[in-house]
Amino acid sequence: MRIAVCMKQVPAYSEGNMDEKTGVLIRSGLENIVNVYDLAALEVALQVREAAGGTVTVFTMGPESAQSVLREAFARGADEGCLVCDKAFAGADVLTTSYTLMQAMNSQGKFDLIVCGRQTTDGDTAQVSGELAQWLGIPHCNWVSELQEIREDGVIFWQKTDAVRREIEAAWPCLLSVEKSSVTPRMPSLKLKIAGKKKTIIRIGLEDLEDQNPEHYGLKGSATRVKKIFPPEKVQRQAVRRMDGNEAARYIAKILENG
Amino acid sequence: MNEEKELDSWKGILVCLEWKGTDFHPVSYELLGEARRLSRISREPVYAVGVGRKIHEGAGLLRHCGAQKVILCETSMICQSESYADLYEHYIRELMPSSVLVGGTLEGRALAPRLAVRFRTGLTADCTRLEMTGEGGLVQIRPAFGGNLMARIVTENSRPQFATVRSGVMEREEDSLEESQVCLDTNQQVRGTLKVHTEEILKPEGKITEAKILVVAGRGVKRREDLEPLSMLARKLGGQLASSRALVEKGWTKPSQQIGLSGNTVSPDYMITFGVSGTVQFMAGMKSTRHILAVNTDPEARIFQIAHDPICADLYEVVPRLIQLIDQKNRQEEIF
Repeated sequence: MRIAVCMKQVPAYSEGNMDEKTGVLIRSGLENIVNVYDLAALEVALQVREAAGGTVTVFTMGPESAQSVLREAFARGADEGCLVCDKAFAGADVLTTSYTLMQAMNSQGKFDLIVCGRQTTDGDTAQVSGELAQWLGIPHCNWVSELQEIREDGVIFWQKTDAVRREIEAAWPCLLSVEKSSVTPRMPSLKLKIAGKKKTIIRIGLEDLEDQNPEHYGLKGSATRVKKIFPPEKVQRQAVRRMDGNEAARYIAKILENG
Repeated sequence: MNEEKELDSWKGILVCLEWKGTDFHPVSYELLGEARRLSRISREPVYAVGVGRKIHEGAGLLRHCGAQKVILCETSMICQSESYADLYEHYIRELMPSSVLVGGTLEGRALAPRLAVRFRTGLTADCTRLEMTGEGGLVQIRPAFGGNLMARIVTENSRPQFATVRSGVMEREEDSLEESQVCLDTNQQVRGTLKVHTEEILKPEGKITEAKILVVAGRGVKRREDLEPLSMLARKLGGQLASSRALVEKGWTKPSQQIGLSGNTVSPDYMITFGVSGTVQFMAGMKSTRHILAVNTDPEARIFQIAHDPICADLYEVVPRLIQLIDQKNRQEEIF
């Protein structure tokens, strides 16, 4: 059983800043962490490995510093880590990000199961996993909340939103996009962390891919263009009232009472 | 990666409809409204296409939906993004619309990525505003980097231009006087790659989208246990406790409680926010609230820009006192 997990490094705070002139994300000064949804994805992958045997390979696409995502995944039990990193990959939109991930995965052979987090906390699109499944030509399901049964030929799982809950069966190979609320990621282990430091990270650049045309990647290959970045419109602002706790409580209670 | 295409041969705005068994999802009507508004600028036809089980029963609902052409395709399958994508791909190749609008729902978010890859084109998720050029160029506006900036995004050299929009963001339009041409398609064979064993429609229990009063906790809440008084306050007011994304990411509140673009769109009568800074993505989910009271210690907090009552105070002082006041009032009402 070969399991792949997509994980991304994101700024620690969701309110990442951007240079308004260049449109470039300001990463400096912000602590980077693993996208929380991806920890749930890794946990699901590890559970499948524990039940069915095999290996868990983590893919992360990003700058050099994204290596820390892989080290963290090792400390939680991942077997292999691939850093998908090349100048040509920078500035990718959903279409080229998912294409790059597909190419990177194919460079490492076939996988039976691919697990992604529901969304990232910086890009926030929740669309890369669906596009990846389409590029790979395999079934996918989003909002997966829990695994029910792992079988030789496939997996049974729950898909859950506020409105609906479904029990679904999918045959290998398939891609699951995981909702984090019902999955508690395991803590990193010190033993694995130490062992993980010795692991070699597999580096995947443009020259390692089947399609090596740089026009198909990054900003150049992207179908969408960000034309402008702008601060949201300011609305008519009410004067801010400075109050102590007592005054504020009375003020609020009065408004609620008067309707 | 984009195939060279004659951009001019793509014309029209296609709305992907979502059938919910007895009616279409509200977002379907909202997208139809938006498509009609945009089509007046680009002078393009509006198309509506839906795939679903017993979707024919919804034909009457779309008789005056404002689309020039409506196609409803019957299928026995549910929750099959691959086979639904096969059908939509077929209709899109036939109609060749320049723009395709998809609801940002569970189903829409599974469908749109598959279609965008099949057409090797752009997909912009969760647009909060759409604009149209006279030539049919769709300008897709959405918050960038989860936070405090907006981005104008265009799909330059490929068609169709795919955009998803969440429910509650766009507005419906009145019925059109013109009658739409509704075509029923029953000849499509679909295969399903996923087996749906059981499906349970969940009751909207204590949903923040239904509440008249919302108490909202933000990053200013320092410890998980500090949510308890806020939750108590919500109960005493007959409302619900909601939160910004920060607390959902910490695991302190549930995704069903999250307000914002990546959570729920709400429009209660009253909202009291405590320690919410007000990111774009948060405000995109609550801006039609009738009355917003915002409590934050930071006088520059962005939420103060849209709050009807911006109150610079410490939630840790305000909340216990407010609970006291409400208790007092409730006791008085019991006496009289």
